[in-house]
Amino acid sequence: MTTATTRPEQAGAARPQLTTPEPDHGPQRKRKRDRVWLQVVCIAITLFMAVPIYLIALAAFSTRASLNEFPLDLLPTNFSTETISVFMQSTGVIPGVINSIQVGLATLVLSFIIGIPAGYAVARFAFRGREPYQLFMLFTRALPIVVLSVPLASLFLNVGLYDSVLAVTLLHSALALPTAILITASIFVGVPADVEEAARIFGCTPFQAFRKVVLPMAIPGIAAASIFTFVMSWNEVLGAAILTLSHRTLPAQVLSSLSDSPLAYRFAGGFVLVVPALVFIFFMRKYLTNMWGSTIR
Amino acid sequence: MTAAPASTVAPPPAMPTRARRRRTPALWLIAPSIVFMTLMFAYPMLVGIGEAFTGPDGFTLEHIQRMVADPYFWPAVRNTALLIVVLIPLQFVLALTMALMLRAKPRFSGLYFFLWAVPLAVSDLAAGLVWLAVFTDQGYLNSVLADLHLPTFSWLNYQNYGTMFLTVVIAELWRATALVFVILVAGLQSIPKDYEEAAAVFGAGTWASLRYVTLPLLRPSLQVALILRTILAFQTFAVAQALTGQNFPLIVGETYRWSTALQNPNVASAIALVVMLASMITAVFYLRLLRDQSEAKT
Repeated sequence: MTTATTRPEQAGAARPQLTTPEPDHGPQRKRKRDRVWLQVVCIAITLFMAVPIYLIALAAFSTRASLNEFPLDLLPTNFSTETISVFMQSTGVIPGVINSIQVGLATLVLSFIIGIPAGYAVARFAFRGREPYQLFMLFTRALPIVVLSVPLASLFLNVGLYDSVLAVTLLHSALALPTAILITASIFVGVPADVEEAARIFGCTPFQAFRKVVLPMAIPGIAAASIFTFVMSWNEVLGAAILTLSHRTLPAQVLSSLSDSPLAYRFAGGFVLVVPALVFIFFMRKYLTNMWGSTIR
Repeated sequence: MTAAPASTVAPPPAMPTRARRRRTPALWLIAPSIVFMTLMFAYPMLVGIGEAFTGPDGFTLEHIQRMVADPYFWPAVRNTALLIVVLIPLQFVLALTMALMLRAKPRFSGLYFFLWAVPLAVSDLAAGLVWLAVFTDQGYLNSVLADLHLPTFSWLNYQNYGTMFLTVVIAELWRATALVFVILVAGLQSIPKDYEEAAAVFGAGTWASLRYVTLPLLRPSLQVALILRTILAFQTFAVAQALTGQNFPLIVGETYRWSTALQNPNVASAIALVVMLASMITAVFYLRLLRDQSEAKT
């Protein structure tokens, strides 16, 4: 912003003082033209990103009858909550939502109980094996989910965990843990060690210093990371579909009933699955680059 | 957490003991994560390899043979490879364009960033359903065509392989470019604009500056995005499932089919191993490729 907007102004302000007869407007005009083109391309990309979301919302909030007509209306002329409410009343959808929320929250708690101490250790201590440990975590992040889900299914069958919220939670925690460790580590690096040492000098035990001083300062970042974990769990389809049969999460439920459901059901399902993404990115837009910027190092 | 009381001794002033004392709590703190990851990753992986290669009477290649003989297997491999080869370059060009445009700070850049990042949190199943609303026979694209009095087209018909592939590419381009975009924006933020300004002072045009200044500085981010994105691209399946059902098989979708519809964990494990091998080979390949280049340059 600064470089681009101030420069033409400077040029304009400087003109009366300098007595150059004919200022060259060429570069300035080219700059203006560039800005217009920039906006045009930006708007085109925005349309590509936003129009599909508008359309799925439109489809989800149209009457079922209007979805069977052709051509479809491109404006919300048939607004109704019928399609959405029929979807919500279909078998397995409400339990699916509940299961999804349960799995998401449990994943959050489990991956953070294990991940926060580890992230703290990575951020604060230069212990032997720190590099291999971080490599190990990166490596696990790179493993495809299928590789785990299929063997885990037979494993959980043997121990009686198959088709339970706990089974999906365990899988999702394993997927979320590396990210949780990397994100919390980057958050704890941002909390100065001096504060913690000051707390220790004033008589806190290491645990007290952590709980009363470090944790409150890290809470905003941890909240951001936890929303990220929740959405990851909410979005995960394959593992949840393989590990469950009757206690499905919402995406698994939608996936398994895809082939024998009407279009209206699928549109409503798509919309319900997209909504958390909108909310998530809205709250996280300030943190996104920090989170990715730090997790990748 | 349980490990914290282990070091409740008053802080000793001497440096050597301090250094030794620090090692112990760290190991205690990371121990739970190591145990958990070993249980959830290493163990299932071994079980999976076992399932793929053992039958009722010991070692067997029967499951591999069944996997290879399945009529959906080779189309799935071909589709997955084709999708990756076409999609990833498109995605990087688009993401780089988006990131560089935001770097130029247009008006409303905050709004643009939000809208462009939204698909980051959309699952591939949801993305498939979103684009299904567009591409299905009586969907929005055909409605627009009909409104304009143009002939409609059944984009998702199994006879039209080309358009079926195109719809999957578009849906994936829409959904997964955001990941590359956000990583590249983060990478660009750490590059001071001074470098580009210096290049401009020395007479470099936009392209030269991009080619010789910005892109080399962006290499670490590009490398991470490339590896992450390719590994994730191998796992794409719900998009195709939502858009085309079984007509456009992808390799992970085959694992899902063998595991759920056909109830055969052995073949499912064998396919899963193929996916894992392919991901690892590409990751190593990228690391080699990008590292070699940077060493040659310096």
